[in-house]
Amino acid sequence: MCATPLLIMKNISKSFPGVKALEGVDFTLQSGEIHCLMGENGAGKSTLIKLLTGVYRISEGEMLLSGKPIHPRSPLDAQNMSISTVYQEVNLLPNQSVAENICIGRVPRKFGLLDRKSMIRKAKEILEWMNIDIDVTQPVSNYSLAIQQMVSIARALDIKSKILILDEPTSSLDTEEVEQLFKLMRKLKDEGMGIIFITHFLDQVYEISEKITVLRNGKLVGEYTTENLPRLKLISKMIGKEFTSEHVKKEFRNTDSNPVLINMEKGSVANKIEEYDIKIRKGEVYGLAGLLGSGRTELARSLFGLDRLTTGELWINDEPHKGIRPIEAIRNGMGFCPEDRKEEAIIPDLSISENLVLALQSRKGVFNKIKESEIKEIVNHYIDALSIKATGPEQKISTLSGGNQQKVILARWLAVNPSLLILDEPTRGIDIGAKSEVMQMIKVLSKKEISILFISSELEEVTAVSDRIAILKDRRIIGEQKGNSVTERNILNKIAEVPTL
Amino acid sequence: MNIKQSKEIWAFLALSLILLFNLIFTQGFFSIEIRDGRFYGSLIDILNRAAPIILTATGMTLVIATGGIDLSVGSLMAISGAIAAVMISNGDFPTIFLFVVPIILTALLGVWNGLLIGFRGIQPFIATLILMVSGRGIAQLLTGGQILIFEHQGFELLGRSYFLGFPVAVSVALLMALAINLFVRKTAIGLFIESIGGNSTASRYVGINDKMIKVSAYVVTAICAAIAGLIMTGNIRGADSSHIGLGMELDAILSVAIGGTVLEGGRFHIGGTILGALVIQSLTTTILTLGVPVEITQIMKALVVVLVSFLQSENVKEIFSQYFNPRKKALLTPIEKQIDDSTKEVLNV
Amino acid sequence: MSEINTFRPAGLGYRIFNINKTYLPMITTIIVFLIMYSFACLSHPMFFSLRVFVNFLISNSFMGIIAMGMTFVIISGGIDLSVGSMVGFISIFSAYLITNLEIHPLSAILICLLFGAAFGYFQGFLIDRFGFAPFICTLAGLFFLRGSAYVVSLESIAINHPTVDAITAFAIPLSQKISLPFTALVYLIVFLIMLILAGFSTFGRNVYAIGDNENSAILMGIPVSSTKRKIYMLSGICSSLGGIVYALYTFSGYALAGSGLELDVIAAVVIGGTMLTGGIGFPVGTFVGVLIMGVIQTFITFQGNLSSWWTKIMIGSLLFVFILLQNIFSKTAHK
Repeated sequence: MCATPLLIMKNISKSFPGVKALEGVDFTLQSGEIHCLMGENGAGKSTLIKLLTGVYRISEGEMLLSGKPIHPRSPLDAQNMSISTVYQEVNLLPNQSVAENICIGRVPRKFGLLDRKSMIRKAKEILEWMNIDIDVTQPVSNYSLAIQQMVSIARALDIKSKILILDEPTSSLDTEEVEQLFKLMRKLKDEGMGIIFITHFLDQVYEISEKITVLRNGKLVGEYTTENLPRLKLISKMIGKEFTSEHVKKEFRNTDSNPVLINMEKGSVANKIEEYDIKIRKGEVYGLAGLLGSGRTELARSLFGLDRLTTGELWINDEPHKGIRPIEAIRNGMGFCPEDRKEEAIIPDLSISENLVLALQSRKGVFNKIKESEIKEIVNHYIDALSIKATGPEQKISTLSGGNQQKVILARWLAVNPSLLILDEPTRGIDIGAKSEVMQMIKVLSKKEISILFISSELEEVTAVSDRIAILKDRRIIGEQKGNSVTERNILNKIAEVPTL
Repeated sequence: MNIKQSKEIWAFLALSLILLFNLIFTQGFFSIEIRDGRFYGSLIDILNRAAPIILTATGMTLVIATGGIDLSVGSLMAISGAIAAVMISNGDFPTIFLFVVPIILTALLGVWNGLLIGFRGIQPFIATLILMVSGRGIAQLLTGGQILIFEHQGFELLGRSYFLGFPVAVSVALLMALAINLFVRKTAIGLFIESIGGNSTASRYVGINDKMIKVSAYVVTAICAAIAGLIMTGNIRGADSSHIGLGMELDAILSVAIGGTVLEGGRFHIGGTILGALVIQSLTTTILTLGVPVEITQIMKALVVVLVSFLQSENVKEIFSQYFNPRKKALLTPIEKQIDDSTKEVLNV
Repeated sequence: MSEINTFRPAGLGYRIFNINKTYLPMITTIIVFLIMYSFACLSHPMFFSLRVFVNFLISNSFMGIIAMGMTFVIISGGIDLSVGSMVGFISIFSAYLITNLEIHPLSAILICLLFGAAFGYFQGFLIDRFGFAPFICTLAGLFFLRGSAYVVSLESIAINHPTVDAITAFAIPLSQKISLPFTALVYLIVFLIMLILAGFSTFGRNVYAIGDNENSAILMGIPVSSTKRKIYMLSGICSSLGGIVYALYTFSGYALAGSGLELDVIAAVVIGGTMLTGGIGFPVGTFVGVLIMGVIQTFITFQGNLSSWWTKIMIGSLLFVFILLQNIFSKTAHK
């Protein structure tokens, strides 16, 4: 290929106070190439991207753009070096016009003033080139996410970038929109642009890319040519062990005869989850499998009353509960351990003990304060039982490690003695040891007649603990599996299935 | 409690410093006379004048802890005073009515604030701005724009009389602060307030009714402001709608901040707030007794605000730890800082 | 690659009127103004005259000037509480410079503007660098400036200087009896500059970007830090200019001038359709917002039987209506 690669990142390391996020990573991008950057959560993909785009500064190593060393100091700096990024969550200015979003920072001038007419013309031209015809004077927030994504790309094009980084741009797009994006990517590739593509969808990797670089735990696993790397190999490189999808590790539990605890009939929440039915039985572990954005969290939220049902009826222990709210759900024995620990679960300023009794206190009501001695007893019990590592119950929760914070949140719900515990990605962002402890705990709890609704993007985890699973895709339940048939292969097949209309 | 962790320590130090200054430079500052069975002296004066600040600041502490702010307290004081004055001049109400009616009506305005903030989700600063602007207008409307002067022995008890030699106002303010503190700490309200201020999303997830808690915080503040208004009205035997409580919101916020409650919400310290109110009043009194124009207090308050903000600012802490610990890597850029947290999460540091 | 994909926006305003939804708050303001003005004209025919209209401009000129600066601050998602005290300080300070120190008025004006700029920049610096809440930081500014004003002089200081007389005497005749005096002129010029600044300058567009989504603005490579500092500097310049106009208009400096003005200014900006959540707002809206305040004040004066406190009550109610509208607007906009 070309003599000098478009981009060389050599021996890159990045440390944050106390951690090494990246260690000695190499990455090479040719022009006219679509290069996938693969890795699990925390592998260092986004750190690498942020180094390249000037959000972070590298601790060690060097970056060469067309053979010349670069040191991007800010996103603007990177842009000026013709490196542009389109982020997963759309990073636009919602109330400003499409044209403005495409051109801001580079609006042409006339007599020292910004020339809005030529800005609008320019924006139109770029979008036309992309085969998109929209009113560019309207605010971006008036358009769908897919269009917003396209506007982000149009912005990158306007900068006349040599390198385009697409950080999970497809997670919110439907098939047709993805197809449209791919067409555009090929067009850009043919013009000699180097594209770094990050995605969770394996199909897309194989459809569009030529090269794959795999990272794991901040280290480089290797660079491969896409056609020479079978899918199973790729997955095993990403998760760092040989992937044997066929073997079933757990004993089969038949829960069909257990009484039904939660029964949702025709539940739906507008724009979040399509109509679904679900029956969760006493003492069973019910898994929700599906890709990011398939509606797993939304389903759980609708059961717990965090989002009001648009349609449907919820029965708990054969009693109807219309328009349930979280407090009612809690009083009826539900607990909800949310996905985003920092934003949705911990109260950072408060102590472990206060965080731990919060749900119990809320269940008991404002005027029925739990006695200090009782609190002490509960807290000490759970610190012990879940082996929470802390200096004491009065330690601020924000000073704990991710895994220990998660245990406190689990304890918060265990303290209310739930009959159904909803665990949304309980193993996200915690270390391996804590992960296996959490998984172990789920098994123990299910033996104690506590039902668990388990959500995880790691299929392996879902299949390991679930007695029954619902498979979700595009915000609806597309299938249910139970017992022996709960395998990763079955789930993947179901998700990959082309829907019959 | 551990002294190092105690948030009240700063307010306590500041108060001690001011008193120490007076001990050295102001003659007779600490002398307390007894006349007609009443105590007189600068210290008593400080307490007496601090009473309205203590009251409003106590309510404000709760509001700030929920992550809010109440700018309308000054106007609410004027309204409650005006209502009482109008009642006195227009009819022969039983004395107890003169206290209860203004407090209830003002509390309703607190409900209004709370509804806008809790249920409509309007930013507290803006929502309470409405009553701050129009509230004083309402008070002036009630008194016809004049200082409504009255004489009413029963009513003046609150503002002018003495109990065990101390001004009744002080006892009322302290009792009220104590009662509120006891109430929020003996029930779970305190915990819920701190939880909402710390992370309102997470609080909703555990089933805490954040809307009702917020409304009650604004109601309590309104009640506190109402009592403070009655004290001041009784003290001067007149409802001066244009001036009562003017600037009180700032003094109250300042007392809360000095008392160690972070203005972003979360943990609150009513004890600290009381000390904070005393700091402000003793500062004002000290400057007065020194013969310096009282207006200088404003500059002092400004400096105190900046100082407290510095102490509360996370950025400043980082910059300092940087300075004293140069081995640490270069400061994160602001963007790095923002994104750093999420990265740490993933790397589980 | 021949097919063209056409998409239509889904926003509220577009559905109803085919207009850009970000203009909706301002359009509401203009409608409210027209209704109020027509009502005032119907009850007092004198209202419908050039003289009254010019009077709106004159009597609210210093508030309008400050409101222009405040518009930028609020569009950026911040707030500046120090403006009222700035008027007080600058009015007494400029009078002190001219009368007591006998500095030439033009130099005094320059010094005052420089002070306003520096003070505003410093506030912006504290907010940007140390992450102070704008509300708290400018609250300190409010205290500081008012206190400093008292330090300069507790008594009001008269300004007597031929140059000042010359400046204030300057006016552009509109008709035989009515002319546009210098205060109104300064206001109009500031308004014009702000129009251009908001719509056609990099700085202005950056302000919108920061208010709309600060994170995006950073990632888009917009110089957020320096822009933030400049925003408060601009507000400082506007409020010090307001103070100067006030001093020249009244031929005196008074430390108490502009007490509580910050609230009126914020009210005018909000009534003018600037979203308190940032990102949406226009100087034109603020201009109309200031006019609405003028209509209310003038109407109450004309009415005779209404007292001044009705102004406060009406402004408060209007503020409430607009805040509620904004609230509803932003909630529907997110869906």
